[in-house]
Formats: sequence, structure tokens, C-alpha cells
Amino acid sequence: MTAVPVDTARERELPDDRPWKRALRRLVHRRGAMVGASFVLFFVLVAIFAPMISPYAPIATDWGAVRKAPSWAHWLGTDEIGRDVLSRVIFGARASLKAGVISVLISLSLGVPIGLLSGYVGGFLDGLLMRIVDAMLACPFLILAIALAAFLGPNLTNAMIAIGISAMPAFIRLTRAQTLSTKVEDYVEAAKAVGNPHYRIVLRHILPNILAPIMVQATLAIAAAIIAEASLSFLGLGQQPPDPSWGSMLNTAKNFLSLAPWMAWWPGLAIFVVVLSFNLLGDGLRDALDPKHR
Amino acid sequence: MLTYLVRRIAIIIPTLFFVSIIIFGLQQLLPGDPALALAGEERDPNVIAFLRHKYHLDEPLPVRYGIWAIGVLRGDLGESIRINKPVLELVREKLPVTAELAGLAIVVALVIGIPAGVLSAVKNGSVIDYGANVFALWGLSTPNFWLGFLLILLFSVELGWLPASGFVSPSENLKQNLLTLIMPAFVLGNAIAAVMMRHTRSAMLQVLSADYVRTARAKGLNERVVVLKHGLRNALIPVVTLGALEFGALLSGAVLTEQVFTIPGFGKLIVDAVFNRDYAVVQGVVLCTATAYIILNLCADIAYFLVNPRLRA
Repeated sequence: MTAVPVDTARERELPDDRPWKRALRRLVHRRGAMVGASFVLFFVLVAIFAPMISPYAPIATDWGAVRKAPSWAHWLGTDEIGRDVLSRVIFGARASLKAGVISVLISLSLGVPIGLLSGYVGGFLDGLLMRIVDAMLACPFLILAIALAAFLGPNLTNAMIAIGISAMPAFIRLTRAQTLSTKVEDYVEAAKAVGNPHYRIVLRHILPNILAPIMVQATLAIAAAIIAEASLSFLGLGQQPPDPSWGSMLNTAKNFLSLAPWMAWWPGLAIFVVVLSFNLLGDGLRDALDPKHR
Repeated sequence: MLTYLVRRIAIIIPTLFFVSIIIFGLQQLLPGDPALALAGEERDPNVIAFLRHKYHLDEPLPVRYGIWAIGVLRGDLGESIRINKPVLELVREKLPVTAELAGLAIVVALVIGIPAGVLSAVKNGSVIDYGANVFALWGLSTPNFWLGFLLILLFSVELGWLPASGFVSPSENLKQNLLTLIMPAFVLGNAIAAVMMRHTRSAMLQVLSADYVRTARAKGLNERVVVLKHGLRNALIPVVTLGALEFGALLSGAVLTEQVFTIPGFGKLIVDAVFNRDYAVVQGVVLCTATAYIILNLCADIAYFLVNPRLRA
């Protein structure tokens, strides 16, 4: 048997030793996750290039084409004041994706630091923060979001804030739990032993090692946030007319269900596909980052 | 056991305290001076001063919280400014409607979710398993108000089998009551069924690989008996307790479902209150749902504790 030189052996093993690379390879091999990622990318491109690909302006009315069924001129039909449904669905992707991503960023930027603090410091502060989180979790997600949006005022920005705050407790809980199990690892103890300050231990040694489950949760939370934004807009507490959003389009469509059902089909289908895509991607990410879950 | 129960119940007190702070804090998000808003367009200084005194707006924030919290403890959740009725009375009126809808939705969720989860676990890796997983993803990704529209289009507009909206009290006409609630209950139960299916599947997979199930099979027992008696009975313990935690999703879903089918329940009460700027009602509804959630959570924990001998030991 020939002895393999140490350096050569390390070079060969290195790619496999990087957990992110391994996870990415596992993710690429999951068909569902790749289908989800493709659709997510498709909707992101649609949202970015909306002015270029949309056949009409989303708020342009045409009184000669009120509630017209799908045709060559209007592929997905028109609404109650002659606006092109396809153009509104295309522009609606902007509101939904923006709301999904920004709400989750709000949850992350508040929830992760609080969770890190709670888990790392422990003691009375941890107990206090967890009781507050319990109290927030006791208020059903959408009901808390409705109440917050109602008191803040109905518009898309406030809806995003309301969704972000309502979704935050899940991130606090997750980050805290991960911090609690990571802070007793040998490498964290070693970092403490060599005299690293607390902020450095948390930011350099704990945070990078707990990012994987947080990323999975964030992907799944985007799906929930998109549904929540659509729900708030459907109730009239999100995007305000005449700007398009899938939820507000469904709110209008409910008054014309028997006369113009196409007004309800397409925005609902768009929400379904984009939420399904994020769920598929999130499930795939979870399996790729934590194979025990499969 | 008693220590566990006392400790578990004791945790409720600080949680409820923080819930009350959150709900009271909602008022503070309102832009501007509430007295000015209530005084109307004339803004008579005497009226404003009277309103400030009446609603304790001239007191410091902790005092106002104290007055509000004492009122809540006495059952005074305030008064609806639109309907001129105590909030508690409104909640009592609307609660049975939502409770009936939620109860039927749970039946739908159990009837679909548990058999689908069992089948999926028993036929792990087969087409049935794949189909059940697709169903779960469908349930989790479909906005329930859209599903409501699709059902209305099919069963009310196209086929004319079911009423598209409205509510008939069961004491008035039970058959009509059930006809009006079939679609909303299915819409509301659909997403919960997906969650139940996932819980049941993972619990069954775990149970079916346990030693006692292998022993039951080795004894030559019928596979149906193994799955239902030895498998499902044990797998159901975590499923039922986890199911209780879906109460929040049920109430959130009820808000939208009641809006789609125009059902005069709890959800419609909060949405109408939001648009009428009836903030006492909004606060009252959030407080009642949070309290109900905490109590249900406690019951689920106690039930889990009682049926799981390892925890009692």
C-alpha cells in the first residue's frame, strides 16, 4: 500500500469537507428544490422586468373593455374597470415578493440578535425575553398582524412591518435554541479560553454555525409572509388601490365571482405557485443542510 | 406530577401579563391624540378636556395600563364605539359561530389528515406517499380565501349545490346550517389537514420502526392490527397534542374564511372593527384569542403529560 502524502490527501478531501459545498451539492440533486428555485427565479425576474414585459400599464383603465374574458388582446382578461389582468398580475409580483423578503428581513434583523442575546447571556434576561416571546406567540400570527396593521394604518409598508414583527418570535426561539446548543461546543469553550471578547465569540464562532437552520426558516417564512401580505391586502390592510397586489386583486374579484371569474383565477394561482415554490425550496434546503430530516 | 402542573400553570401568569402589555401597547401605535380624534371636527377644548379625563388620557402611561388591566380582570373589555355594546357581549355573541366553524374544520382536518398520514407512512416511498406529500404541499401553499373562491365558483355558481355565503343558526335550521358551513369548514380544515398529515406521517414512521411493532409482526399479527392498534394508537399521542397548537392557525384562517363566505363570526367581528376604527373591539378580540390559545396550549401539555408514562415517571 502506498502512503498518500498528507498535503495531497488534504487537497482531495477539502472540497468534501466544506459543509456549504456539500449541502449545495445535495440541494442541486433534489428535484423539488430545483423546481422551486427555478420558479422563484422566474418570479423575481418577472418582478424586476415588469415594465418591460407587461403588455399594458397596470393602472391603465379601458372603459371599452370592462370585465372582458381572456382574449388575444387581453390574455388573462380585464377587471371591473377595464384594466389588463395579466399586467396587474405581473406588477403584483413586485408587491408580493417585496413584502415577503422585507418582512422576513425585519424578522431576521430583530429576531436573530435577540435570540443570540437570550441564548448566550441566559439567566434572568433569557427568562424575561422568553416570556415576552411566549406572549407574542400566544397571539395568532394573522390576528396580531391585522391588529398591528390596523393600529399602524393600512398600507403596504405597515403591512410589511406588521408581518415582520408577528413572524419575529419564531426566529427568536430558533436562534436561542441553536445558540444554547452551540455555546457549549468545544470550539466555543476554546475561543473563550483564549480570551476572546463576548461579541467576537457570538459573531465569529456562534452565528456562522447556526446560520443553516435560520436560512431554512427564513425561506419558509418568506412563503408564509407572502400569504400573509396577500391576506392583509385581501382584507384591505395591505397594498392600497390602484396599485396592484395579488391579494387586493382577489379582494376586488370577490364581488364579480360569477360575472368575471378570471379576475379571481390568476392572482390566486400566482400566490399559490410562488408560495409552493418557496415551500419546495425551503424543504429542499432543510434536507440539504440537515440530512437527518429526510 | 403536581409540581409539574403548578410550574406549568405558574408560567401562564407572566405570559398573560406580557400579552396584556402587548395589547395595551397597540393603542400607543395610533398616530395623533385619541381625544382629538374622538372630539370630531369642531374640536371644542371643553369636549377634548372631558374626553381626556373620561378615558384617563391625562394620566401617565403605567396608570392607564393599571386602570385598563383592572377593568379587563373584572371582565370589562371596553365598549364598541360603533355598536354601543360591551366588547365582552359582542365576543360572546360571535364566539359560538366561529367555534362551530372551527369544530367542523377540525373534523375535516382529522378525517383527511390522519388517514393520509397513516397511508403515507405505511406505503413509505410509494406513489401513495408521494401523492400524500403533494397534498400536504398543496394544503400549505393554497391561500384559503382563493380556495374558497374556487369552491364557490364550482359548487355555487356552476353546480348550484351549496349556498355561496351567509349563515343559518343550527337552532333555526340544522340542515341549512350544515349546508352553509360545508365549504367554509373544508377551506379552513384543508391547511390544518396538511399539517396533521405531516405530523401523523412522521410519528407513524417513527412508531412503525419501534421494537414492539416488530415484535407484534413477529407474533404473526394481521398487518391492519399492527398498524392501527400498535402503530396509530401510539403515534396519535403527539399528533393530537401538536394538533392543539394549530388553534392559532385555525383562528387566523377563520378571519379570512368568514370574510369570503360572509359568516358573522369572530373573524368578521375583528375585520369590521378594524374598518370602523373600533379599537376596543380589536383589542378585545386579540386578548380573547391569546387567552384561549394559552389555555389550550396548557391543556395540550397536560394531556401529553398524562398520556405519556415516561414523563410521569
